[in-house]
Amino acid sequence: MATKVHMEALSPTMEEGQLVKWLKGEGDEVSSGDVLAEIETDKATMELVARGDGVLRAILLAEGGTAAVGEVIGVIAGADEDISALVGEGGGSGGGGAADDAADAPAAEKDDADADPVADEAASAPSEAAAPSSDEAASTEPSGRVKASPLARRLAEDTGVDLASIEGSGPGGRIVKRDVEAARSAPAAAPAPAASKSAPAPADWSDAGAQESYDEVPVSQMRKAIARRLTESISPVPHFFLTVDVDMTRAVAARKQVNALVEAEGDRVSFNDFVLKAAAAALVRHPDCNAAWHGDHIKRFHHVHMGVAVAIDDGLITPVVKHADRKGLVQISREVKEMAGRARQKRLKPDEYTGATFSVSNLGAFGIHEFTAIINPPEAGILAVGRIEDTPVAIGGEVVVRPRMRITMSCDHRVIDGAQGARFLQTLQAMLEEPAAILV
Amino acid sequence: MAEITYREALNEALREEMERDPDVFLMGEEVAEYDGAYKVSKGLLDVFGDRRIVDSPISELGFAGLGVGAAMAGLKPVIEFMTFNFSILALDQVINHAAKIRYMSGGQIPCSIVFRGPNGAALQLSAQHSQACETYYVHAPGVKVVTPATPADAKGLLKAAIRDPDPVAFMEAEMLYNVKGEVPDDDDFVIPLGVADVKREGTDVTILTHGKTVHVALQAAQKLDKDGVSVEVVDLRSIRPLDVDTILASVKKTNRAVYLEEGWAFAGVGAQIVSMVQEEAFDWLDAPVVRVMQADVPMPYAKNLEQMAKPSAERVVAACNRVLYR
Repeated sequence: MATKVHMEALSPTMEEGQLVKWLKGEGDEVSSGDVLAEIETDKATMELVARGDGVLRAILLAEGGTAAVGEVIGVIAGADEDISALVGEGGGSGGGGAADDAADAPAAEKDDADADPVADEAASAPSEAAAPSSDEAASTEPSGRVKASPLARRLAEDTGVDLASIEGSGPGGRIVKRDVEAARSAPAAAPAPAASKSAPAPADWSDAGAQESYDEVPVSQMRKAIARRLTESISPVPHFFLTVDVDMTRAVAARKQVNALVEAEGDRVSFNDFVLKAAAAALVRHPDCNAAWHGDHIKRFHHVHMGVAVAIDDGLITPVVKHADRKGLVQISREVKEMAGRARQKRLKPDEYTGATFSVSNLGAFGIHEFTAIINPPEAGILAVGRIEDTPVAIGGEVVVRPRMRITMSCDHRVIDGAQGARFLQTLQAMLEEPAAILV
Repeated sequence: MAEITYREALNEALREEMERDPDVFLMGEEVAEYDGAYKVSKGLLDVFGDRRIVDSPISELGFAGLGVGAAMAGLKPVIEFMTFNFSILALDQVINHAAKIRYMSGGQIPCSIVFRGPNGAALQLSAQHSQACETYYVHAPGVKVVTPATPADAKGLLKAAIRDPDPVAFMEAEMLYNVKGEVPDDDDFVIPLGVADVKREGTDVTILTHGKTVHVALQAAQKLDKDGVSVEVVDLRSIRPLDVDTILASVKKTNRAVYLEEGWAFAGVGAQIVSMVQEEAFDWLDAPVVRVMQADVPMPYAKNLEQMAKPSAERVVAACNRVLYR
């Protein structure tokens, strides 16, 4: 059975891709998962993998050429299978082969998920995750049938989007056109099985391993009114800003101590690593800030995926430190360095720069005293971190000079109210002013 | 182009076709001396005389049968029903004779006849006088069913119906007779039967409708426009023959459809259209097609209940929002 090779959406905003290099030639044997080609997206150079087994029979897009997402750029088929109909097609409209693509896609994506040890576990024990009663709105029924509108199915087939990996926003969880379009402009990243709606209660979450999960908090009428009115005020995300001054005296000392211990290994943690670590720890205590607005409910995450804004040549990107709340300072530091390095070479994979539950942006290195950052939806908060500077402050009636750092938090008011944000910042401030508190 | 009423447009069409073809005559209750119950035939008696503008007794089955006989003999009768509610009495002549005689005679016996008059509800005429009758007529093959919504359509389509070689049920509406609109002056302004008209272009949702409710659809479209929803209104104009291509093109463009009609839902025109759309455009649909119809009750007399029973712009807006998942 022939499989069409589509130009896939390899970045969240990709609409077309440029074929940098074919790694397989016409006539080469390929199996599902093999890297076929390198594709330059708007963000990075990505690998395009085979979604079927056989021989790469036809290459329909030359190196250097560009194709829109969904277009057919090659055909994988049996060595002597008649592919004339498929080769003629070339435009990516639906057909027999595309159904196979869709069926194969989840398997291919699981390769990425393997990096996350729990994904398989969750996939092999779905019964627990898919608790029946609360799950009416799920797009995928226990039988595995995906509820999708006919149009959504056709669009998914044409564009190579895997319906099993997206959630439907229609009645009963039906996947409709807008969901497929959203998925097209979002990464093919984290597969659905790992996310569970019937997650353990917040109190238990720390024992849940590194599983991604969340609670759905019902949205009250007042909350709806707040959301509607504030959205009308500043659209689409109603921001507000909270600023706090942090005395970094002890953090400066702690960083020196930590670096003295880890220098031998070649590590060197930055103040920003401290902020990331402390913010992750503070979010664990303030899950109301580790959340996202979903219209009729708020998703309150049990995991902290911390986005770190990294300036690159022609813009910025936010690599995500996954499960930052359960990682040590040095590990966070290493991951940020490593991902920032690859970000500058545009070598980040989509699942490495998406899925954050909260973000930190630090312009201290540029000498910025303080600033406000814009929230990266659907996250509900972002910290804007300024430089550390010696500042005269009155302590106990005496003016003394202390290293101070200013942090401004941008909050999505639909999710976070002033007091909630303030309490989170209080905890964060306490942790940075007494780093030992992070350990508590 | 002149701005005239729907009533005047029908009068012009009758007058022009009777001038054009001496075989055309008009027959019905009060069409001659009284100028027609709704004045559609005003002045025609003076022009064409009582051999061609014929007052009939109050006997729908009788004068409909007379018309069918005349059509079989080669004349081109226009039979006016005071309302299509009364035409139910004459259905045997329409369904059993007019619709079938050409087929049963192997094409030897013609039956070029128009049955026309107001259809559907007006205001507070109660259950027996407020029915949308198109379902009775479209059910059997052999009768064409035409439902003009504007003065221009009324004129162009009536001229086409009179010229048509087959029986045509031409359904007007009491509430439309005073509606004004631009109508081309051309004597040969004929709108072919079976061609739908996109009354308003849009991209987000298609309202399919026919007859009087075209105006309800346009009102709903205007309301939705304020919400940033772009509505396409497709006026079928004739239910048989049906312009399948225009319907499907619109549904394929917007991916969502609402069917709006005056009649009851059960086995109504909308049931047929929805069935056709899901068969022919399944892969283009992003939502099930929803119908907005009269409540499934005999039309109430009480004004407030009548309002609730009739399809309203508000209900159409709600249906559009439903298929838009809004």
